[in-house]
Amino acid sequence: MNDRIPVLKTYKLFINGEFPRSESGRTYTVKDSRGRAIANICQSSRKDFRNSVVAARAAQPGWAKRSGYNRGQILYRLGELVEGRREQFISELRQQGSSVTEARKEVNLTIDRLVYFAGWADKFQQLFSTVNPVGSPHFVFSVPEPAGVVALIAPERSGLLGLVSLLSPIILGGNTVVALVSEKRPMSAITFSEVLSAGDVPPGVVNLLTGFRSELLEQISGHMDVNAIVYAGEKPEELVLIQQQASLNVKRVISPKAGSWTSEHALSPYLIMETQEVKTTWHPIGL
Amino acid sequence: MTATAPSDPLAWTYAPAPEKVDPGIRERYDLFIGGRFARPSEGLYRKLVNPSTATILCEVAEAGVADVDHAVKAARRAYVKIWSKMPPRERGKYLFRIARLFQERAREMAVAESINGGKPIRESRDIDIPLSVAHFFYYAGWADKLDYAFPGARARALGVCGQIIPWNFPLLMAAWKIAPALATGNTVVLKPAETTPVTVLKLAEIIRDADLPPGVVNIVPGGRPTGQRLVEHPGVDKIAFTGSTAAGKWIMKTLAGTGKKYTLELGGKAANIIFEDAAIDQAVEGIINAIFFNQGHVCCAGSRLLVQEGIAETVIDKLKKRIETLILGDPLDKNTDIGAINSAEQLDKIKKYIQVGGEEGAEMWQPDCPVPEKGYWCRPTLFTNVSQSHRIAQEEIFGPVLTIQTFRTPEEAIDKANNTPYGLSGGVWTDKGAKIFKVTRQMRAGVIWANTFNKFDPSSPFGGYKESGMGREGGWHGLLPYVELETL
Repeated sequence: MNDRIPVLKTYKLFINGEFPRSESGRTYTVKDSRGRAIANICQSSRKDFRNSVVAARAAQPGWAKRSGYNRGQILYRLGELVEGRREQFISELRQQGSSVTEARKEVNLTIDRLVYFAGWADKFQQLFSTVNPVGSPHFVFSVPEPAGVVALIAPERSGLLGLVSLLSPIILGGNTVVALVSEKRPMSAITFSEVLSAGDVPPGVVNLLTGFRSELLEQISGHMDVNAIVYAGEKPEELVLIQQQASLNVKRVISPKAGSWTSEHALSPYLIMETQEVKTTWHPIGL
Repeated sequence: MTATAPSDPLAWTYAPAPEKVDPGIRERYDLFIGGRFARPSEGLYRKLVNPSTATILCEVAEAGVADVDHAVKAARRAYVKIWSKMPPRERGKYLFRIARLFQERAREMAVAESINGGKPIRESRDIDIPLSVAHFFYYAGWADKLDYAFPGARARALGVCGQIIPWNFPLLMAAWKIAPALATGNTVVLKPAETTPVTVLKLAEIIRDADLPPGVVNIVPGGRPTGQRLVEHPGVDKIAFTGSTAAGKWIMKTLAGTGKKYTLELGGKAANIIFEDAAIDQAVEGIINAIFFNQGHVCCAGSRLLVQEGIAETVIDKLKKRIETLILGDPLDKNTDIGAINSAEQLDKIKKYIQVGGEEGAEMWQPDCPVPEKGYWCRPTLFTNVSQSHRIAQEEIFGPVLTIQTFRTPEEAIDKANNTPYGLSGGVWTDKGAKIFKVTRQMRAGVIWANTFNKFDPSSPFGGYKESGMGREGGWHGLLPYVELETL
């Protein structure tokens, strides 16, 4: 076996269910802890982002229309597929600097998280809906509905678990997403896009971009067809930029408290509600 | 316009029926800070105008930099020393007490609201005041039940809330803001709108009479600069704003990087969709209520009528007939349907849009109802021949101006309804249950009225999608913007 030359993987973007390179043709090199090149990664352009939003917008109504039960099964299926590829995910995490123990733990938690959130897809609506006891003869109810297209600036350090922990609550509620994944640890995210592709996630529901926050954040947070942005970075100056740009179209800005994605706090269903709107419907009661 | 035939029962004239209760509006109002009425530090008083007579009503203190600062400090002190330590049950009892005192002074408050803002007494008496009271009563009961409200999490108060409210529903907006904030354990600095602070300051009297601990609620009247100071004040933990989308965007931008939370209830351009299978006469009443309620000074007003082609002519005919019967005039007359436009400035804005509508090629129609000589008035106005790109169909007018468009299929109606950056409210009229759910689900707006319009209740969440804002006010959902949830 040793005399065989291994086949290296080309890491590409994931847009609208396809794996294009950046339209700009640019790449950057990811290095391991000893400074050796381990992969060339696409350096997404603003146009790649815009294309992703178009795909996400087109996919959103269809995705939202599916039942929670169906979205839950699709999330569960992603868990199954990661389980089947655990060795690949572990070895990639190790390449990106994790120890064996850390890598195992991250992959296990990733699978468990997908299964956990799969179960919320047809339940959170009941938890967060109300029938409103109004004083007039009307039947009035309030239910969560997806905000629409969500941009996700994924955690930098937790390239796989952090991404999945935030992606899941966004999409299980019927949103579609364009995620800018970890800059220095992007490989797991791209391999995860292969899982998304092999699973039953419809094209455009999840779009994953690799590249530099420094050149994309302004465009992402200022885009007029993005309804919400989740920022899981830890740089205050980036958050300020996002919050300023978000005002252009009254985007919801969600910045989950920086913390460990391994903790129980990452399981809060209130996170799901951060990318939901609440719609109240009134109807008279009468003959 | 030809005069209606005398045999037409709708042509009956009504004898004046003025509401005579003395609202006890004082000649001068001060700031309400730390439980006391205080003179403004810069000594400035703004003269308020009664919009139905265009005469000076009274003068109100203008809060300056130092005043906003005092108010925020008073709110902080009250939060740290008293309110955050008070058992929630006791907090709730104060809110119940405010609700009761408010109820007792309901008629006086209604009259004052109509005089200051120009809205018909029928509305202030039957809607604004009872709903405001109900908000205090509703949230009072939440104060000691928060542990049951959020499974798996503990709700913590945010601290000092800066609240800025508009002129269209002064008391109701104050109630929407103050009641949930206090119930969840926050203290408040509230800025009423420049033109309509009177009833909010009367509410301050009630708050004082209720013996609410000093500083828990502070009222700082003023114009835009006062609001800006409140937004920018470092001692404020959260901003709750109701007003224009432009101002909401400014707030978002200003708060960037401060860590302050905010909720925004902004503009709207609601579609009111009438299907061929709707109960037409009810729908016509609904259209009237949707756009002419409070002179159209309503962020959720049904300002875009979408009528299915087959019934368009009938609906428009009936609508015009019904509008001919609306009584425009003295807000204090119990027969009045349409009161005064809130301010000269707003009247200018509405007139400008009416002019633009004509210039863009839409066809304008108004009834020839008599209009008082003094004061600010605008006849109910319809525009037909409107296309989606017209400014009058795109921009919020905030006046009694309705645009009418037609559609053929439900899909076309939904497309047109959603073709706006706003998403606050919407209406659907049809007798088919399945169609209601299909259409209401696809409308991208926070409040949808089916076979009704402009209904509100403290137990029912209100708030917008997209550029109509974020966060909800009312109901269980209305608690969320005022708490920090700590996962257990």
